[in-house]
Amino acid sequence: MNPHIPCRKAFSEKLFELAKDDKSIIVLTTDARFSAAIDVFSYHLPNQFIDVGIAEQNAIGIAAGLSKMGRKPFVFMPACFLSARCIDQIKVDVIYSKSNVKLIGVSGGISYGPLGYTHHAVNDVAIMRTFPGMTIILPSDANQAKLVAEKLVEHTGPVYVRMGRGPVPPVYHENLRFEIGKANLLTEGDDVTIIGIGETTYYCLEAGKLLKKNSNINAEIIDMPTVKPLDEDLLFKEAKKTGRIVVVEEHSICGGLGSAIAEFLSQNFPTPMKILSLPDDFPIAGSSLQVFDYYGLTPEKISRSVVDFLSRFRK
Amino acid sequence: MDIKYLVRKSISIRMKVVEIIYKSRMGHIGGSLSETDILVALFYAVMKPDDKFILSKGHSVEAYYVILADKGLIPWEELEKYCHFGSRLIGHPSVDIPGIDVATGSLGHGLSIACGMALALKLDKKDNKVYVLMGDGELQEGSVWEAAMFASTHKLDNLVAIVDRNRLQIGGDTESIVKLEPLADRWASFGWEVKEMNGHDIEEIVNTLNSFTFNSKPHIAIARTIKGKGVSFIENNYRWHHGELDEEKYQKAVEELKRHLEAIG
Ligand SMILES: [Mg+2]
Repeated sequence: MNPHIPCRKAFSEKLFELAKDDKSIIVLTTDARFSAAIDVFSYHLPNQFIDVGIAEQNAIGIAAGLSKMGRKPFVFMPACFLSARCIDQIKVDVIYSKSNVKLIGVSGGISYGPLGYTHHAVNDVAIMRTFPGMTIILPSDANQAKLVAEKLVEHTGPVYVRMGRGPVPPVYHENLRFEIGKANLLTEGDDVTIIGIGETTYYCLEAGKLLKKNSNINAEIIDMPTVKPLDEDLLFKEAKKTGRIVVVEEHSICGGLGSAIAEFLSQNFPTPMKILSLPDDFPIAGSSLQVFDYYGLTPEKISRSVVDFLSRFRK
Repeated sequence: MDIKYLVRKSISIRMKVVEIIYKSRMGHIGGSLSETDILVALFYAVMKPDDKFILSKGHSVEAYYVILADKGLIPWEELEKYCHFGSRLIGHPSVDIPGIDVATGSLGHGLSIACGMALALKLDKKDNKVYVLMGDGELQEGSVWEAAMFASTHKLDNLVAIVDRNRLQIGGDTESIVKLEPLADRWASFGWEVKEMNGHDIEEIVNTLNSFTFNSKPHIAIARTIKGKGVSFIENNYRWHHGELDEEKYQKAVEELKRHLEAIG
């Protein structure tokens, strides 16, 4: 049995385990202890837990100060606020000041679908990508999220992690992998490369199955949890192999993983690409599944887009 | 405390500040001259090894650089390269400069960072202090007050903020732009211990800062200062916030500072 678990829960549970032995780990939040699933710190590790209150800018500054004194701060807040409300503090106190602060955005993308645009984080990757030295990670399932937590405790430097709110089906089973900056090939294939990130990776895997069954298309499926640094070696290799790339992401068309890949490939190995994403607009209200479906990010619709794309860009 | 030594130090730092701003044809002369006596009190009398300092009003960087050079953290000759192409001595503090922990220059950040440092010292049960110098115009940033609430909630009595209260910002008088008064009452109402001092009387600055004890409250010293202090034609004129010095004005400024130095003997 593989239960569906929210990435944020798995990440926080793992971090809590690690924090018992590593007293330098300290979590901060902005009145989001339950959303971030870090309330357990407040009960059992109170010296490693700070609720800054509803003050995002202050939270980032405090985290930077803590990091300069040798602590390993992890700042948890809804991705919509983390990627916008305190961006100057991220720019100056974290990035420019070379502070070892981990920025953990929960309920990212359109997780808060019905709550509206104030609560969506659909340009967060675009914003974070523009900071030199920032690492950006979107785990695709709970097991990988745990591994991300483990790696981040050992990693020095600023990192932005975006995770969704709801439970997600497992992508990884016995083949669990995560290295910062490395994408993982999940399914072999040579007709087209489909790249997923975060919650879309599972849908890409399902779309791959439909493509095989309905159209006899052998799609290779890649999970690319790290947007920055980009796994350029793998992109170069796969672009050469299949010659056609589809990126599926829970992000605005502006500046996300698709843009990052296009920036690299267009200059190094121009390859026809299709980016399936959210539009440059206020997303429609609804559950994640409804919104994903509306914008063509569910398996059936991904597979149809892939067939159409392949018909327009023949090898 | 050798007050005469500190006053001489302060004037010689002002002379170097004026020189590097003259040579680079840019800088924040008003604020640097305003804060010089406060920095001298901190760096030559108040701060202990492993105490922390943040120049939250990062634009007033020249006096800070001169002190770091005087302390041997930056080669003295490097001051000549202030704001030159490719120099690390740019117009706001950065972490590429030894002795500087965090970059500043975007206002309203320093107090939050200082809170983080003070909190870490508390958790480590160390009795070092964190000093942060803010401009008065800077207090118009809302983030300052987020940090102010946090500091008193967490009883950060190892945190000492200083306001360079020269009553001016780029556009003019702070009170005519957005009122800060009653400033002392405002800080007190946020749970801080507030003291006021003459920001150009080094002895008073040292005594005030040293009078803060571990009494469960964060501390703030409001320093009454004169923007451009020490050079009469720059003093109290907001147009000199980042005014440039030509040869004639530079000579005039140096002569006046020399006279101040001679007057001390
Ligand atoms: Mg001022």
